[in-house]
Amino acid sequence: MGMSLQQIVFGVLSIISIISALGVILSKNPVTSVLCLIVTFFTIAGHYIMLNAQFLAVVHIIVYAGAIMVLFLFVIMLMNLNAEIEPQKRNWLKYAGAISGGALLLVLLGALREADVTPLQPGSTDIGLISNLGKTLFSQYVVPFEVSSILFLSAMVGAVVIGKREA
Amino acid sequence: MTIDWFFILEKIVLISGVLAISLVVAMYSTWGERKVAGIIQDRIGPNRAGFMGLLQPLADGGKLFFKEEIIPGNSNRFLFILGPSLAMIVACMTSAVIPWGDTLTIAGHTVSLQIADVNIGILYIFGVVSLGVYGIMLGGWASNNKYSLLASIRAASQIISYELAMGLSLIALLMMTGTLSLKEIVEQQRHDGWNVLYQPLGFLIFLVCSFAECNRTPFDLAEAESELNGGYHLEYSSMKLGFYLFAEYINMFISSALMSSLYFGGYSFPGMDSLGLAPNLVTILGTAALFIKIICFLFFFMWVRWTIPRFRYDQLMRLGWNIMIPLALANMLITGAIVLYRSTH
Repeated sequence: MGMSLQQIVFGVLSIISIISALGVILSKNPVTSVLCLIVTFFTIAGHYIMLNAQFLAVVHIIVYAGAIMVLFLFVIMLMNLNAEIEPQKRNWLKYAGAISGGALLLVLLGALREADVTPLQPGSTDIGLISNLGKTLFSQYVVPFEVSSILFLSAMVGAVVIGKREA
Repeated sequence: MTIDWFFILEKIVLISGVLAISLVVAMYSTWGERKVAGIIQDRIGPNRAGFMGLLQPLADGGKLFFKEEIIPGNSNRFLFILGPSLAMIVACMTSAVIPWGDTLTIAGHTVSLQIADVNIGILYIFGVVSLGVYGIMLGGWASNNKYSLLASIRAASQIISYELAMGLSLIALLMMTGTLSLKEIVEQQRHDGWNVLYQPLGFLIFLVCSFAECNRTPFDLAEAESELNGGYHLEYSSMKLGFYLFAEYINMFISSALMSSLYFGGYSFPGMDSLGLAPNLVTILGTAALFIKIICFLFFFMWVRWTIPRFRYDQLMRLGWNIMIPLALANMLITGAIVLYRSTH
C-alpha cells in the first residue's frame, strides 16, 4: 500500500466533508441542513489540524460550530420552517442557480489550476501554533488586525442601535 | 515503524479509568445531592437502599433503564435521540485535557495522568463547552412541544451569554500564566501558589459562569417547573431522560475539576515537594488532593442549590450582560496593566 497515514486521514476527511456539504444543500429539513453544516465545519477543522494549524482549528470550532451555528439554529427553530409551509420555488430558478454555481466552479478551477502551491516555510511544523501566530499577528500584521477589530466593534454597535430602536 | 504498544495500552487504560471515575462520581453526586438537601432541610435523605442509602443511585439507574421508553408521535425521531446522546458525549469529552495527576513511573515507563496534554487545552475546553448547547437545543426542538422549545431557547441564550464572561475571565488568567496548557498552569501553581490568590475576581466570575453553564440553581431557568412544566426534557422518559440529568452531574464534576486545576492548584498541594516521599506516592497523594478539592466544589454546588432561590429571566440576563461582562473586562484590563508593569520593571 502506497498510502501514508496522512493521506488516508485526508481522504476520509475530504469524503465526509463533501458528503456533509452536499447534505446542507440537498436536505429538505432546515435543521438537518444546519447539522450537516456543523459536520462540515468539523471536517474543515480536521483539515486545519492536518496542516498543523491547531489554533485555527479550535477557534474555527468555537466561532462557527459553537456560536454562529447556534444562532442559525435559533432562527430556524423560532421561524419553525418546514416542508408544508415552504413556498414552491420555480424550476427556472433552480436551473439558474445550478448554472451560475457551475460557472463559478469553472472559474475557480481555471484560476487555481495553474497556481503554484508553495509552502510558506518548508519543513516547519510549528507554524500554526498559538505563540507563533500571536507574534506574527501583533508584529507583522498589527494594523490589519486592529482594523478588523474596529470593524467588529462597529458591527456590534450597529446591532445594539438596531436593537434599541425596537424597544 | 514500530507501534508503541505500551503507549496505546496506557492511553486506553487512562481513558477508560477517567470515564469510569466520571460516571461513578456523577452517580454518587446524585446521592450526595439528596443527602445534602436532606441535611439543609433538616431531613434524613435517602436511607433505605443499602447502608446510608448508598445503593440508591444503582436503584435509580435500574429504574430508569426499565421504564417504558416513549417517543412522541409528532417528534423528529432522529433528532429526539441525538439530543441526549450529544449532551452525554459532550459532557464526557472535556475530561481529556484535565491533568488528573503528575507522572507515575511504572516499570521504567513514565506515565502522565493526563489523557492529552495539548498546547491549546483551554481552547479545547471552550470548543467543547460551546458545543454543549446543541444537546439541549436539539432535544427541546425535536420534542415538538412549546414548553420544551421555550426551555431550550432559554438554556441556549443563557449558556451563550455566560460563555462570554467566562472567556473574558479566563483571558485574564492566561495573560498571567502565559500558557494555554492546563498541565503547565498546574505546574506553575505548584511553585508560585494558587492562582485564586492573584485572580480572586476572575475566579468569582468563572465560578458564577460555571453555575450558569451547568444549568444549576440559581440559574436553572431552563428547568423552571413552575413556568415551563419541567424543561427541555419534558417529553423524555426512561434512560434518555436519565442521560440529560446525568450529563448535568458530569458537567458539574468536570467544572469542579477545571476550577480546581485553574485556580486551586489542581493536583498540587502545599508542601508537596518537601515531603521526601517516593515520587509515585506523591503523585497518588496529589491526585487524592485534587479529588478532595473537587468534592469541596461539588458540595458548594449543592449547598448553593438548596439555599438560593432561582433568578427571574430578566435578572439573569442583566447579571450576565450588565454586571459579569463589564466586571470581567475590568479584571482583564487591570491584569493586563499589572502584567505590563511587571515586565517593564
